[in-house]
Amino acid sequence: MSAVTEASPKALAPPPRGGVIQSIRDSLVIARRNLIRMTRIPEVVLFGIIQPVMFVILFTYVFGGSIRVGNSTSAEVYKNFLMAGIFAQTVTFATAGSAAGIADDMQKGLVDRFRSLPMARGAVLTGRTVADLVQTAITLVVLAIVALIVGWRPGFAEPTNIGKILGAFGLLLLLGYAFTWIGALIGLSVRTPEAATSGGIIWLFPVTFISNAFVDSSQMTPWLRHIADWNPFSATVQACRQLFGDPGLSQSGAWPMQQPVWATLIYSVLIIGIFRTLAVRKYRGAAG
Amino acid sequence: MPGAIYAEGLVKTFGDVRALDGVDLDVPEGTVLGLLGPNGAGKTTAVRVLTTLLQPDSGRAVVAGIDVVKNPNEVRRNIGLSGQFAAVDEYLTGRENLRMVGQLYQQSARAAKARAVELLERFNLTDAADRTTKTYSGGMRRRLDLAAALVVSPPVMFMDEPTTGLDPRNRQQLWGIIEELVAGGTTLLLTTQYLEEADHLAHDICVIDHGQVIARGTADELKARTGGERVEVVVHERDQITPTRDVLAGFGKGEVMVAEHTRKLTVPVTGGAKLLAEIIRELDTRGVEIDDIGLRRPTLDDVFISLTGHAAEEARENGEGGGPASGERPDAPADPATAATAAPATDDTTTDPKESAK
Repeated sequence: MSAVTEASPKALAPPPRGGVIQSIRDSLVIARRNLIRMTRIPEVVLFGIIQPVMFVILFTYVFGGSIRVGNSTSAEVYKNFLMAGIFAQTVTFATAGSAAGIADDMQKGLVDRFRSLPMARGAVLTGRTVADLVQTAITLVVLAIVALIVGWRPGFAEPTNIGKILGAFGLLLLLGYAFTWIGALIGLSVRTPEAATSGGIIWLFPVTFISNAFVDSSQMTPWLRHIADWNPFSATVQACRQLFGDPGLSQSGAWPMQQPVWATLIYSVLIIGIFRTLAVRKYRGAAG
Repeated sequence: MPGAIYAEGLVKTFGDVRALDGVDLDVPEGTVLGLLGPNGAGKTTAVRVLTTLLQPDSGRAVVAGIDVVKNPNEVRRNIGLSGQFAAVDEYLTGRENLRMVGQLYQQSARAAKARAVELLERFNLTDAADRTTKTYSGGMRRRLDLAAALVVSPPVMFMDEPTTGLDPRNRQQLWGIIEELVAGGTTLLLTTQYLEEADHLAHDICVIDHGQVIARGTADELKARTGGERVEVVVHERDQITPTRDVLAGFGKGEVMVAEHTRKLTVPVTGGAKLLAEIIRELDTRGVEIDDIGLRRPTLDDVFISLTGHAAEEARENGEGGGPASGERPDAPADPATAATAAPATDDTTTDPKESAK
């Protein structure tokens, strides 16, 4: 071992800048780290893409033609109705990735290392969710291309434009980002990455199925329909359908169905606010 | 003036368990404190409190002159932590890991990059710098972990069982690094289960059990407190035990302990090597055939057992009889190699406190 010992050990760590600038910088350092990891384990990204693509194909060809949307059971209508639902489900499934990633960092002792460094408190989690957002965006792009290939046509029912379409994708990313904070809290709360993966996904099934994503919610029994109408997830699906000009808009009088864009914005901000606070608090006290 | 690491009455409970039950520590600047204790004694909890990872329920801790509870971020700038697991990202390269840690210590990207190169060089990792750490051996990963803890050359270092699970060669290497650090003036708190490690590296030793400090002092002081020298004889045949006992009783300063199945006799003595020679002559005259004889000073293992009533490594798990009670003591830690069964075999290069006379 070569002997290069510092003459006198004085901390070389510059004083922390503190504040927002440091938070952003530290979050970016962590986000970069998670993105590098992603390039080293491309199969994770790949499976994240394959799964929703499979959903698109299965739903389109298995259910298409047998599910009634509005007054139509046409496969073409269902296909165009379905895509917003699949997009929204896909962005929420990023939750499992965040949960597993953070649980893994806890288990490997990395969270301890980070917590012993003079870095911004929320940065480990923010960096993670930002990296997951990038992954979600990549998945969405691929998924949109596949959707176009199988016959999704924005503007199928109502005219739309590029601005509205991009706006819809923006809302999807916002919802996805909000949900990764729920994933972060789950990841900090369980003991193993395996538990985080299943714990991160199980609850998403009722959330995404008791909604307007895959079927016309007006056909549900009343109590279920109420849940579906007020489900934050439904609001995003409805907003996307509106912006994409897709068929099958919910005619429900519930406020989130009437004002889906506002509802999505409010719901997402609320979810981020609540779950970020809880997750950061949990992280600070994390006994890994 | 309190030392670089100072703790007063630290208490931390987890449910019913008092992991720390009033721990006081004082580590003068530039020295090494070895924190010894069995699994679950509270060593890791103590480190976690001192490194700001856990809030104590009560008590006060000051590291590098800064209060751990009041000003944790300031403490974090001045410490390096190398934990029980090599906490490096396995999908990042060695270089990327060090740069990330440097930046999180708030170094500029350029400074972090330059520092990574230096550290990789210093820890013999330059060749592996651009490989993901997944491909590293255990020893390399541990070195990288230690390098990460040294990114800002912190004046105070904490190492929680730094050599657990390392083979003897890697352990030696790590000891070398630690010695260099301390020579450079770093204050170090080191937890370990390997008594020889504490013996080798630490200026002062603190033994904790059930969250309390049960003894402190230098290795020599602790050994002296445990008792003086002993002569230990292993005879060739069982029927030679009785005559040997008579001989030892004549020379010894206390009761002769006999372990029938190992044919080992032990007696406390004073008189050192000269006495040992006399005993050998006397046994020879009586025609006792000796397999092994030695003058033994107490090892830290003995200190440990006499203080805590159980071996450093959990003897129970290794089927060495349920937690050696004081009665079984003579044959429990025959030598450091058998006492530290779980330890990677005691290598012959370490200081063996046993003077054997063969």
